[in-house]
Amino acid sequence: MATAVGVVVFPGTNCEMDAVAAVERLGGVGRLLWHADEDLAGVDAVIVPGGFAHGDYLRPGAIARFSPMMGAIARFAADGGSVVGICNGFQVLTEAGLLPGALQKNSGLKFLCQPTVLRVESSDSSLTCRATVGSELSVPINHFEGNYTCDAETLARLRDEDRIILRYVDNPNGSVDDIAGVCNEGRNVVGLMPHPERACDELLGSADGAVLVSSLLDAA
Amino acid sequence: MKYDVLVDVRLRGGIADPAGATIERALPALGYDGVAGVTVGKTVRFTIEAADEAEAVSRSGDLCASFLTNPVIEDATVTVSPAGGQSGDDA
Repeated sequence: MATAVGVVVFPGTNCEMDAVAAVERLGGVGRLLWHADEDLAGVDAVIVPGGFAHGDYLRPGAIARFSPMMGAIARFAADGGSVVGICNGFQVLTEAGLLPGALQKNSGLKFLCQPTVLRVESSDSSLTCRATVGSELSVPINHFEGNYTCDAETLARLRDEDRIILRYVDNPNGSVDDIAGVCNEGRNVVGLMPHPERACDELLGSADGAVLVSSLLDAA
Repeated sequence: MKYDVLVDVRLRGGIADPAGATIERALPALGYDGVAGVTVGKTVRFTIEAADEAEAVSRSGDLCASFLTNPVIEDATVTVSPAGGQSGDDA
């Protein structure tokens, strides 16, 4: 049976159909999950997609973490379920405490919408298990607050535990240690600012994101 | 009783502040020289029901730490006063 991936929709989410299209192109089934529901509907993995959940009011992700669906996702993740937060979804997962650190405004003070090259640093995560360490992937970014930051102690831990799974080859936004994506201790929860779901077809300029989305389907 | 609460949220040192930087850069063009250290934060105001000022301070501090600020990137100062501008001793 095809792997079912739940894609969470908050008021203000706008990348949910991109995520569903990528999942379905790669053989999975995408199911939209409304943030106010508390039922994961039996999905095998979860994507928290990009956009502006709850208008990004207060801070990106700050209000989304109170949605009932986030409680269900936290329990799913605690049981080992694969959860990936993309862009605003990454911000939501940091605010919810499922991933460490925070995303601050880009160091160049500009909204960035462009292709970036990512280097796979670890293949031990739910988003990179099919990728090759050291390989480079062209995946677009589309954000203003994508500059990953954390305290020195957290950064040392992320490095020691090999939890920085993706780095920018040419850091576009000032993220500490060129971090593009990190995972939790269990390696089943991943957050990244780039959009792999928008790079799953050559028609879109790159299909390099497919290995990441396929990894999630495999990990589920 | 009710207390007025004012939360002044600031970005921590070293955290990018594009709004502050942009305002600072614009000031010389408007003829305002010698202005430095511009930062832009946000203010959150609310009233809170509490038995006394200590409880109002404590509950507001919790609310601030758990929701109104992200301690990774922000600091805040919480000011509590009796609602309506009366002093606590008069209430």
